[in-house]
Amino acid sequence: MPTFGNGNRVAVVAGVRTPFVKAGTVFKDITAIDLGRQCAAELIQRTDLDGKEVDIVVFGTVVPSVVAPNIAREVALLPMLPKGVPAVTVSRACASANQAITDAADQIALGHADVAIAGGAESLSNVPILHSRGMADALVAASRAKTLPQRLSALAKIRPRDLVPITPAIAEPSTGETMGQSAEKMAKINHIPREEQDELALRSHQRAAAGTADGRLTAEIAPVFVPPRYDTVVTADNGVRTDTTIEQLRALKPVFDRRYGTVTAGNASPLTDGGAAVLLMSEEKARALGYQPLGFIRSYAYAALDPGEQLLQAPVLAAPVALQRAGLALQDIGLVEMHEAFAAQVLSNLRGFESQEWAERAGFSKPVGKVDRDRLNVMGGSIAIGHPFGATGARITTTLLHELRRRGEQFGLMTVCAAGGMGFAMVVEAAA
Amino acid sequence: MTTMIGEPRAAAAFSVEVTRDGVAVVTFDLPNEPVNKFSRAVGEELAATLERQEQDRAVKAVVVMSGKPDVFIAGADIEEFLALRTAQDAERLSRYGQETLDRVERSAKPVVFAIHGACLGGGLEAALAAHYRIASDHPKTVLALPEVMLGLIPGMGGTQRLPRTVGLRNALDMILTGRNVRARKALKIGLIDELVHPAILREVAVDRARSLAEGRIERSKGRKSHGAADAVLEDNPVGRAVVLRQAREQTLKKTHGHYPAPLAAIDAVAEGYRRGMPEGLTAEAKAFGELAMTDVSRQLIFLFFATTSLKKDPGVEEPAPPPRTIDKLGILGAGFMGAGIASVAVQQGTLVRLKDAQYDRVGKGIKAVHDVVRERLKKKQITRQQFADYMALLGGTIDYSGFGSADLVIEAVFEDLALKHRVLEEAEAVIADDAIYASNTSSIPIGRIADASKRPERVLGMHFFSPVHKMPLLEVIVTPRTSKEATVSAVAYGKRLGKHVIVVNDGPGFYTTRILTAYMNEAGKLLDEGAAIEAIDKALVEFGFPVGPITLLDEVGIDVGSKIGPILAEAFGPRMAPADSFRRIVEAGRTGRKGKSGFYRYDEDGKKGGVDESVYQLLPTGPQRKQVPAETIVRRAVLSMVNEAARCLEEGILRSPRDGDIGAVFGIGFPPFRGGPFRYVDSVGAAEMVRQLEELDREYAPRYEPARLLRDMAREEKRFYPAEGRPV
Repeated sequence: MPTFGNGNRVAVVAGVRTPFVKAGTVFKDITAIDLGRQCAAELIQRTDLDGKEVDIVVFGTVVPSVVAPNIAREVALLPMLPKGVPAVTVSRACASANQAITDAADQIALGHADVAIAGGAESLSNVPILHSRGMADALVAASRAKTLPQRLSALAKIRPRDLVPITPAIAEPSTGETMGQSAEKMAKINHIPREEQDELALRSHQRAAAGTADGRLTAEIAPVFVPPRYDTVVTADNGVRTDTTIEQLRALKPVFDRRYGTVTAGNASPLTDGGAAVLLMSEEKARALGYQPLGFIRSYAYAALDPGEQLLQAPVLAAPVALQRAGLALQDIGLVEMHEAFAAQVLSNLRGFESQEWAERAGFSKPVGKVDRDRLNVMGGSIAIGHPFGATGARITTTLLHELRRRGEQFGLMTVCAAGGMGFAMVVEAAA
Repeated sequence: MTTMIGEPRAAAAFSVEVTRDGVAVVTFDLPNEPVNKFSRAVGEELAATLERQEQDRAVKAVVVMSGKPDVFIAGADIEEFLALRTAQDAERLSRYGQETLDRVERSAKPVVFAIHGACLGGGLEAALAAHYRIASDHPKTVLALPEVMLGLIPGMGGTQRLPRTVGLRNALDMILTGRNVRARKALKIGLIDELVHPAILREVAVDRARSLAEGRIERSKGRKSHGAADAVLEDNPVGRAVVLRQAREQTLKKTHGHYPAPLAAIDAVAEGYRRGMPEGLTAEAKAFGELAMTDVSRQLIFLFFATTSLKKDPGVEEPAPPPRTIDKLGILGAGFMGAGIASVAVQQGTLVRLKDAQYDRVGKGIKAVHDVVRERLKKKQITRQQFADYMALLGGTIDYSGFGSADLVIEAVFEDLALKHRVLEEAEAVIADDAIYASNTSSIPIGRIADASKRPERVLGMHFFSPVHKMPLLEVIVTPRTSKEATVSAVAYGKRLGKHVIVVNDGPGFYTTRILTAYMNEAGKLLDEGAAIEAIDKALVEFGFPVGPITLLDEVGIDVGSKIGPILAEAFGPRMAPADSFRRIVEAGRTGRKGKSGFYRYDEDGKKGGVDESVYQLLPTGPQRKQVPAETIVRRAVLSMVNEAARCLEEGILRSPRDGDIGAVFGIGFPPFRGGPFRYVDSVGAAEMVRQLEELDREYAPRYEPARLLRDMAREEKRFYPAEGRPV
């Protein structure tokens, strides 16, 4: 069944993102909210959009601010938007921006909205650090105390071990397995050699470097003037290496399994800060406002599997469904964008696409097929560009549509793996 | 329906509603006026209204409120001041106001003022006489005694009650600066007793009035001593004497003795402390009477009326088309001016697209905007959210993306015609056909810039002054091709940015640059002839300019200033020939403060020192300086400016003397207490002005040949403004 049934056709009018930068570097003093606001503000300015046209804002984030958990609302409160624009924050791990985009697209298809801003932002430089349970209990008791002695006795309960803060790890709450351990496990199960992973990482950097040098990637980027001095202007991603060699990648030590492991810092995506947003409209509205869309959302699908199995393999289950809903097969697809959490995950997903067993698990009689490597991640991927969890999906959407148009291709497929054993796939069609 | 025939009764300004528990709520709502003003008639009616409540046995207490949205009382009816013929008349008016408010204070029934919106001048004086003051916690609620801005002092007991309420230092600060005090600050200094949400202002005021009547709370007694500083400086005569002496010294330093009102206010305050309130009130009324007759006050009141009338002027002959709303502003050039314009635009909610050729220049521009807005946050004039919003409205770019939706584009690039043509052509390729294009040039004729335009009817000049967020003038320059719609839109937007906007016709130097150049040139000629730098600056500061011309040139940049000279010399011939001294000093590579080398010395931080004596080596007459009397310096510099201003009016560059006076006072610092060049001619007399010009012209022909307009006026014994009554 097609994704939007008889609903309105959803156009992607434009997309803008901040540069993606390594956590702890130039954006370390900028919050995810500010990154989200900056790219949305620039999206509005650049597209000459009248803010009064916007009906909804949907934003994704994975590690929300404790003090302002609804990042979407903070974005919607930009001064160029009316205060009456409702806003919702969504969370589907690394597919959060995709969730934001499909939620907004659904609203447009249903006729509930004509114009939406959707995207996501993440600052891994600014993750909340928590007090220990013992510390928290003591502080709460102290705040409830009515007299000074009561307060002091509450605080006296704090033990040295309580002073150690808790930093959130990128681990599965259910299995306790970290993302890296999962990737390592997938590399083993699917027999992904180290060399193949390093080659994929190298290609990611080379292609991203080429896209940065010739301006195809930077065209999607809103430069960030870093407050409060504004003398640093970040115009490009800072994790892309123009000079990486296969020898350098080979020399890196495996991180998660020092003995038999293959996953290294070089063939995994780095911790990243950044924001990205797209402007969505019903086709009719885009035409009425005089916009030439980049393309249209043809279909999408979400899937999930047991996180204890192969945590990042669910795109293999989502992709055939999205293709089926689009009424297309892999041979109709001009470009494939596959989110690169780890090279091991990309290669496992690709093997899954070719596997009869995975096809049947997804409920299909035949596999998706073999992806032509020359059509895969042609602009580089998250390993090189970086991966601010909540923002990546919007980056990929914009990049894919631009590149489809440049190459004169019609259809594009994107997939994103997500924590919790979830996966996402979407088929887009470039505007003629 | 019946028709009432007979004497039309003046509509009442005060209405009274008595609550069930006996509180009379008196609402002040001046009929047919947008704001409440205090006048003799209003004072009489208020007194009578309160008198009736005093007699009415059903009434236990009184609350006074405003019926106007967001204004309590905007101050005195200034037209009433203009009708005063003698100091005695003015003193009597003050006395009457004092007595009226005395009756309020002596009222046996408690009077509570519930203040929402601006409470200024007489409005605040009335509130000070009440027994309890509650204000709404709202940005529109501000309290001030702005009389000194009109060359007057508070005349209804303000100089006596304010220090007794908020203490000597707070009171002097308010009376001497006239500055607005926001409600929160008012609570802090004891000017009000309570601060509440506007929604419950009336409720709380009625409740407090009843409590006062029932003796459950006490009447406001004013401020208690707040710690050591108060004990030392305010609670004893010696400390007060120190504070008063310092206030006098600071005032003199600021006013150079040109403004008598602040000193008179200090004297009245001092008298009240020394000999008690009745004597203080006598001193206040007497000083008010004398000040009302001063020329300074007349000129400041003129400026008040002139700026008020300018606010209502659409900038074109009626019928004026409706202005286009400017929601998005494109700025070309992120330098000092471009960023300055951006900094005021974002604060009015305008979406701003700031473009320059390189990102680092854009970044510098954003930083400059940030600094202006941040300063307001630091001073708590705006909230954190406003700060974030203002910054979010600003987008930086190095291409023309986002310019397609700009309603107005202001070009603020380097003063170079070829560059301005290129930028205009680039912009016109992307901006909407009906967008307005303005150049912020200060010297290049707009017509010449518009020559490169495909749509010259939408091209005009918007000449802002630096620093934009501080300078109150905007000079809009129109060419014969500029459409009325473009003009009214630029004017309306300038007003939204809080500027006094004058519209002038195109011509070399427009108005402000042209008259300033005439004046600066003359200062340069004085240097050529051997006058000393500090003598020139000192003479003109004594005349009332905020800084002298040589200091000004150092500030704006000698290289920048000297670019304008040749343009005007080419247009106007020998009378505008630039001074040799300026040319030589530019050639020597001195640029002024920014280069830390000008006519004056500057230290590492750009702080100004004394005259750099080595400069004289570069000047035509060398290091040997001769004495030139201050009077000569003033006459030569000022008259060249005044004469040039008259030419601008004569040639139709200016639409009115009013615009010329406002332009000179708010754009280039012509002394406000002299009203402006045209008011100055009226003060001196056209005939005398022509005589002085002719005298100078005999020596310096052709620079002082009197403008034809001045000769005509001298012959016909005419003035620019009526001698009496409302000036504009």
